[in-house]
Amino acid sequence: MELDYLKTLPLGGFNFDNCIRNRAMAESGILQAPKTMKTGTTICGVLFKDGVVLAADTRATGGSIVGDKNCEKIHNLAPNIFCCGAGTAADCDHVTEMIKRQLELHRLNTHSENRVQMAALKLVAHAFKYGGQIGTHLIVGGVDVKGPQLIECSNDGNMYSMPYHTTGSGSLAAMAIMETRYKENMTREEAVNLCIAAIEAGIYHDLGSGSNVDVCVITRNKYEMLRNIKHDNFKVFSKPGGYQFKKDRVQVVEEFKHKLVVEAGEQPMDLS
Amino acid sequence: MSGHNCVAIATDTRLSTQLMTIDTSFQRVFKVTDSCLMGVSGLGTDVQTLQLTLRSFYFSNSLMKFKLNLYRLKEGRDMKADVFSKLVATSLYEHRFGPYFVSPVIAGLDKVGENEYSPVICTYDSIGYREHNGQFEVAGTGAELLYGVCETFYKPNLEPEQLFEVISNSLLSALDRDSLSGWGAKVYLLTPTELTVRSLKTRQD
Repeated sequence: MELDYLKTLPLGGFNFDNCIRNRAMAESGILQAPKTMKTGTTICGVLFKDGVVLAADTRATGGSIVGDKNCEKIHNLAPNIFCCGAGTAADCDHVTEMIKRQLELHRLNTHSENRVQMAALKLVAHAFKYGGQIGTHLIVGGVDVKGPQLIECSNDGNMYSMPYHTTGSGSLAAMAIMETRYKENMTREEAVNLCIAAIEAGIYHDLGSGSNVDVCVITRNKYEMLRNIKHDNFKVFSKPGGYQFKKDRVQVVEEFKHKLVVEAGEQPMDLS
Repeated sequence: MSGHNCVAIATDTRLSTQLMTIDTSFQRVFKVTDSCLMGVSGLGTDVQTLQLTLRSFYFSNSLMKFKLNLYRLKEGRDMKADVFSKLVATSLYEHRFGPYFVSPVIAGLDKVGENEYSPVICTYDSIGYREHNGQFEVAGTGAELLYGVCETFYKPNLEPEQLFEVISNSLLSALDRDSLSGWGAKVYLLTPTELTVRSLKTRQD
């Protein structure tokens, strides 16, 4: 058939081709599945007088190795909605990205602002569909027509809404701070400071969390992303000027140079 | 690793079934476009399935080659390194529940102005978490060892030849302490006009 190639085009959705192979390999002991990145996180969110504050640490771990010292865990879902992600890093990144697209389409179709409730519902609907296998623990915050909203969405499909939330491996440390210091109708300043204190408790008392604090403040028609608002854990140990290497200490056995076509004007289409 | 208007990937050349060496000149790094390189470490069969090769008829079903060609046919231009890096992430995430056992590294240069290129350096876990800090990324069996040396040796904005020294010394130091890597090393140095491939002298054990 002429159109047979259509069958080879990606269909979208997950691909389970390797599952049987991977299980066989694990059972016969040839190869264990490689470790995936976890965010191993402390994230929190707080409602205040006229908005929401979301905050997160910036460490991503693979086992006990710090894979990323300054990753971004606060994802943008819509101009008025943000979301903090804990759990499997790949899931958080891709699920939020997917929902972001759905929300944008909805916005373009309806010519109206997205509701936080809807974003959260889409997230839990997706997570529930996969029976908790998708490791996303999210705190969604935003300001919509019903005012400031804060919703926690866990991987098993639960959704709860409270004035303050903490999630991730450092959630206990962060919740301790929240429980002692939270009060109703805080000012922006108080809410930001409370979030920073909560995340710092996670950073210093939980090994899965670390590095810096990111904060996002969402108020009506405005958001402020304060990346690395606290950065007490930046690298300080480099030798000033760095290390110099003597030439010729590394012995080159063979060298091959390949000249690249330098783009000039219209680029010719290469179909080789 | 990234430098000023240049990027580099360094790799060893060993392929093994656990402790037994079966290939001492395994090609892991491939040119994606004129401005992008991809190195893939991990399970040999998955490395070859995922990556595109210059000898494409051997692996005509290779996943990324297919997607790249499709993009080129649709758009009539080559994919930018940054775009490609996201495509790899989504392709890996597609296999979220039956992953390829690979951790790719991508090094590329995207033109941002006249004679100004922004480096794209990123690595992934096997299910498509894209890690990128614009400095250096490591992957493979020696990743833990490489983190340490790269952290000390790396400096931002290195010129190509300095970058070569830094990346070579980092790789060789880690290689010496990783029993699973070795048997020669290759450094791929990419500048806007030239791709230089150098084989390094290493221990042969």
